[in-house]
Amino acid sequence: MLRVSPECIDASAELRAFEAEAVGAGGIVTFSGHVREVASLGDVKSLFLQAYSPMTENGIKTAIADANSRWSLQKTMVIHRVGSMHPGETIVFVATAAKHRRAAFEAADFLMDYLKTEAVFWKKEDTETSSHWIEPRDSDYSDAARWTTKETV
Amino acid sequence: MTKILYFGRLSDLTGTSEELLDIPANIETAGQLRSWLDRRFDADGALLEQTIRIAIDSEIIFDTALLGSAEEIALMPPVGGG
Repeated sequence: MLRVSPECIDASAELRAFEAEAVGAGGIVTFSGHVREVASLGDVKSLFLQAYSPMTENGIKTAIADANSRWSLQKTMVIHRVGSMHPGETIVFVATAAKHRRAAFEAADFLMDYLKTEAVFWKKEDTETSSHWIEPRDSDYSDAARWTTKETV
Repeated sequence: MTKILYFGRLSDLTGTSEELLDIPANIETAGQLRSWLDRRFDADGALLEQTIRIAIDSEIIFDTALLGSAEEIALMPPVGGG
């Protein structure tokens, strides 16, 4: 299940809905990403996230299919917010359900690495004194590269 | 008319996130469009950076690709992730 939308994300409600649908799963892992209050350039006033539909959705769907081919998953959910949001609000919610916990943990981690580096989003941070677009950090790329290395081991 | 989309920091450079343009007939490839837009916005090479990718009708293409009858062309700086 995938949703990219400007609506607020209620992670607790999404988890309940996910649990209701992931009947029989032995393990469910969820991750919620929130807007940070303090960034490198100061206190964050707001964050603006831009997507390009349907390219953004198609890319995430491919990553979900990739996760399903790597791990035996019963269900996955990715919800991503776009538009303007404020510190403390949820930007992204990922849930994975599997028979055993390891697959659920690793698949959630894998999907988040995709979402943080390769997903088609552009992000602008407004602080008290500046407004700037953020591009991926080197650490985001090295996090995502873990999965490429792993495949060849 | 072709819809041109400028994503991320490019919208600051161009002053708009999208516009409808009549692309001159002599601009045939994505690379030529890139150069033409760079001059048009006096962008001093910012649109020529190879990290800025171009998509024609939602498909990322090389600079040698022909524009053909493209309806929507997007200029996309490196994606920032969510």
